[in-house]
Amino acid sequence: MAYVAVKGGERAIRNAHAWLAEERRGDPSVPDLGLDQIRQQLGRAVDRAMGEGSLYDPELAALAIKQAQGDLIEAAFLLRAFRTTLPRFAHSRAVDTARMRAARRISAIFKDLPGGQILGPTYDYTHRLLDFELAEDTLPPDAPRAAPDPSPMPRVPDILGREGLLEPDGATDAEPGDLTRDPLRFPAGRDVRLQALARGDEGFLLAMGYSTQRGYGGSHPFAGEVRMGEVSVEIEPPELGFAIDIGDLTVTECQMVNQFKGSKTQPPQFTRGYGLVFGFSERKAMSMALVDRAMRAEELGEDVTAPAQNVEFVLYHSDNIEATGFVEHLKLPHYVDFQSELQNVRRLREAVERREAAE
Amino acid sequence: MKGYNFAYLDEQTKRMIRRALLKAVAIPGHQVPFGSREMPLPYGWGTGGIQVTASILGQNDTLKVIDQGADDTTNAVSIRHFFARTAGVATTTSTAKATVIQTRHRIPEETLRSDQIIVYQVPQPEPLSRLEPSRVETKRMHALADYGLMHVKLYEDVARLGQISISYDYPVLVNHRYLTSPSPIPAFDNPKMDRMPALQLFGAGREKRIYAIPPWTDVRSLDFDDHPFRPINAPQACGLCGAADSYKDEVVTDDRGGRMFVCSDTDHCERRRNDAA
Repeated sequence: MAYVAVKGGERAIRNAHAWLAEERRGDPSVPDLGLDQIRQQLGRAVDRAMGEGSLYDPELAALAIKQAQGDLIEAAFLLRAFRTTLPRFAHSRAVDTARMRAARRISAIFKDLPGGQILGPTYDYTHRLLDFELAEDTLPPDAPRAAPDPSPMPRVPDILGREGLLEPDGATDAEPGDLTRDPLRFPAGRDVRLQALARGDEGFLLAMGYSTQRGYGGSHPFAGEVRMGEVSVEIEPPELGFAIDIGDLTVTECQMVNQFKGSKTQPPQFTRGYGLVFGFSERKAMSMALVDRAMRAEELGEDVTAPAQNVEFVLYHSDNIEATGFVEHLKLPHYVDFQSELQNVRRLREAVERREAAE
Repeated sequence: MKGYNFAYLDEQTKRMIRRALLKAVAIPGHQVPFGSREMPLPYGWGTGGIQVTASILGQNDTLKVIDQGADDTTNAVSIRHFFARTAGVATTTSTAKATVIQTRHRIPEETLRSDQIIVYQVPQPEPLSRLEPSRVETKRMHALADYGLMHVKLYEDVARLGQISISYDYPVLVNHRYLTSPSPIPAFDNPKMDRMPALQLFGAGREKRIYAIPPWTDVRSLDFDDHPFRPINAPQACGLCGAADSYKDEVVTDDRGGRMFVCSDTDHCERRRNDAA
């Protein structure tokens, strides 16, 4: 009766957590992992934890990753639980990604464009060969440097939009919804959908985006532009009456240009999908743009047939903190319910046996 | 606890939850959406119940937390610790001494009083969810009191199996109006909800819904005239206290078919054994 243990649950939990702490630290003869090491050398993990934890703080994200032993969903969960206790001072103004100090900017639809193509620190075009030299403490040679190019880097939609070839942003002046304060309700506006996707699980969005490419709600996407770099965050305190810069964020933005729409009376126009995530996370930004576009099916008069086009389905299942909690809650005791199912099945079987005996 | 407000949640959040609770009490059985917060415990582990408890708890309250009817199951211990740590309130395992009882999957055997509140942890507040996954649709069905789908499900049970085959989370009609999930309590507990003197509050954190059943409200388990509601329980008496009328857990004692049935409500069982001694 060890598991049923009427007494002893408290001690069991205490001991389990002590064991966990020991496991986390590992062999004490190996040096402790510093937060600066995580921030510097596991940057993509930090970015993912910040994105899904929806809290931009690399230092805290590094701590969460350390505390979670590298389990990034657990790390995002720690950040979310911390973020929910923080007071809100102000809403920022919309960040202007056209003024981004871009470390990377590529377009798949124009060979060259104002501001140029900048590859930046990418894994693209690397050969995925394990580099055994990395196992040792080696210092890479200095990367070549160039003076920053001060020329403006207009966003591709702005270039296409000038000709009317791409639908406009559809921006409104209304205050955007906030899922962290108000529960999801349907129909969900695009502001709320984008917020949910930005906080959503990378793997889920990747699979959903991929499914649209394989025919489940296809929308002929082109990567109009992907850019990554620092943007300024500004707030406008009412007592000042003008905006002040409160810091920088690194974000990745994806503008997807999709199949056009038009009619006899309306000139055809490309449609768009949008992705924006904290940190350097191109895979997620691109997936998000695909799913955003897929969820606009109804608005654009397309048939809603595929999972990625089903707004309720996507929004209710994209959050990995909700998903992991509910999937894993199955390991909590369910013996009361199972017991009633047992009695139920026994009763049903008896009824069948009685009937068979009578025949 | 240093750095945190009384009972973890900030006062604005508590006020928002209390408003949702007031609306829920005013419309018995109706699911009220609320701005569920992220809690330091995982979704599906009682975040809705915890938020409701945190918003109604006062310094003089005495809290009891049960899971599967027991005070010492690991998750009950964890939640009781959470409130002992963040609110510093008195805790108890005695049903009679508690002013607030947070529960997962059971209602205590002892009849609750009008000065007590029971808070249920709810994984899925939508009783129609297994029949209709879209909340846009189920919302419409509730608005129109269109519960034909559930009656058809029960009828199909009878047609195929000869009886209604739901054994827990057995749907109820609250105050003759709203179809409501009693949370995954065994159907055995459903009759306790009917005209209960205590206030019943339900919190679903992940699904962001709150609902309530005010004291003395009619709660009817769905059934048919020719197939009346029949709660399920093991026919055996408790192997520890001898109770025949309490809900039992089945404990496997060996690998040769050995079984023992014991009260699921540990406080009830303990009290009976003490009274007998």
